[in-house]
Amino acid sequence: MEGKIRVLVAKPGLDGHDRGAKIVARALRDAGMEVIYTGLHQTAEMIVQTAIQEDVKVVGLSLLSGAHMTLFTDVTRILKEKGMDDVLVLGGGIIPEDDIPKLRESGIKGIFGPGTPMDDIVSFIKENVEE
Amino acid sequence: MKDLGQRVLDGEQRAIAKMITLSENNSPEAAREMKVLHPASGRAQIIGITGVMGAGKSTLVSELAMEYRKMGKTVGIIAIDPTSPFTGGALLGDRIRMTKLTEDEGIFIRSMGTRGMLGGLTSAVYDVVEIMDAAGKDIIMVETVGVGQAEVDIIKIADTTVVVLVPGLGDSIQAIKAGIMEIADIYVVNKADRPGFDRIMAEIESLVDLTTEAGKRSIPIIPTVAKTGEGIAELRASVDEHLELLNGTNEFQANRRRRYEAELIEIIRKRLMNLIFDESIFKERIEGLIDQIEAKEKDPYSAAEEILSQVLK
Ligand SMILES: Nc1nc2c(ncn2[C@@H]2O[C@H](COP(=O)(O)OP(=O)(O)O)[C@@H](O)[C@H]2O)c(=O)[nH]1
Ligand SMILES: [Mg+2]
Repeated sequence: MEGKIRVLVAKPGLDGHDRGAKIVARALRDAGMEVIYTGLHQTAEMIVQTAIQEDVKVVGLSLLSGAHMTLFTDVTRILKEKGMDDVLVLGGGIIPEDDIPKLRESGIKGIFGPGTPMDDIVSFIKENVEE
Repeated sequence: MKDLGQRVLDGEQRAIAKMITLSENNSPEAAREMKVLHPASGRAQIIGITGVMGAGKSTLVSELAMEYRKMGKTVGIIAIDPTSPFTGGALLGDRIRMTKLTEDEGIFIRSMGTRGMLGGLTSAVYDVVEIMDAAGKDIIMVETVGVGQAEVDIIKIADTTVVVLVPGLGDSIQAIKAGIMEIADIYVVNKADRPGFDRIMAEIESLVDLTTEAGKRSIPIIPTVAKTGEGIAELRASVDEHLELLNGTNEFQANRRRRYEAELIEIIRKRLMNLIFDESIFKERIEGLIDQIEAKEKDPYSAAEEILSQVLK
């Protein structure tokens, strides 16, 4: 069976630009993945609904503002409610050190700060996706 | 838990999504479940939307989907983007223009990459259409960039094919040359708000005049501004009118038969290709034969016959 890793790259919240998310999306595509890109202003519900329909193995969330805690944990909570807890959830952006334990606890496995080399994200996904 | 096929028939979103993945990945389980789904398919209205990158196809699909939802119909959308032949990856961005549809339970959207030749894009799309159909979607739209034979084949799945053109890209003549115009049941001239609109309308009108046989239906040309929803109601009416017209003739049945014929051939082709190129016994054989062809000890035809006679044994 010739599976491909399908990843949803989403930008929750209301803040303005998605440059970072796009860079990640392109890097994952160049690493041979199928990347579903949904653009700005996604609610947690929209992200989960998209993850279900696209049957992705990975959801990458990008965030700039301070509202990440609730937005990130909303996504993992709704994923769980919908029985999608086998999805690997990653978060990227400016995330205060103090918040990291709580995010991990909520089910966000990979947390990547600004300037993380793309190769690190790619290999993290390849190592952690359940076959 | 119930079988996956049964859950698809019940319209369960996760089951539909899983089933599509299995089919895209050529899993044997997909072949098994498709047997369950096929008897329940054949009711959906299938609309193909094609045209160059940036023509506004996704925006148009989104608006058209909402138009059908207003009529109480459920909608499945298959949005296809090219897979990079170099990395095998794909950036599937059609959903950017479809965010209005995301939270509507009556709409199911799936993005697909064209993947490789041996993976067989066409057969996967046949399956996905059939899966959404069996899951009870009334309308199924397939969006694809209109380049290459594979895409033209995909569009043959549709009952009605809409070719989207836009002003100012200078590509309408190219599209004609590429043979894409031959597949149109309806032309849309999108971005009617943009300069050059009159010119492209005139171009297409004259093309339609030129190619319409006496007494035959002339292909409608619908101007739209997908961004604002202008012209979408007219497009919806035109699509349904085309289907009605088909229904009144033998064309509809003939269309569907052509589709099943193409699907059957595609499945056989894929199975044979997999048999020959994925099985390791043949892999070495093929390498050896290529050596011989290169050394002029054997010609390619004899080599192919050798492989085929072994497969067919
Ligand atoms: N001016 C104008 N822009 C449009 C119209 N329809 C779509 N667009 C824009 O054209 C761009 C490409 O649209 P998209 O639906 O992604 O095209 P696709 O590549 O054919 O699917 C987007 O920026 C749309 O907002 C229209 O009717 N008028
Ligand atoms: Mg598109």
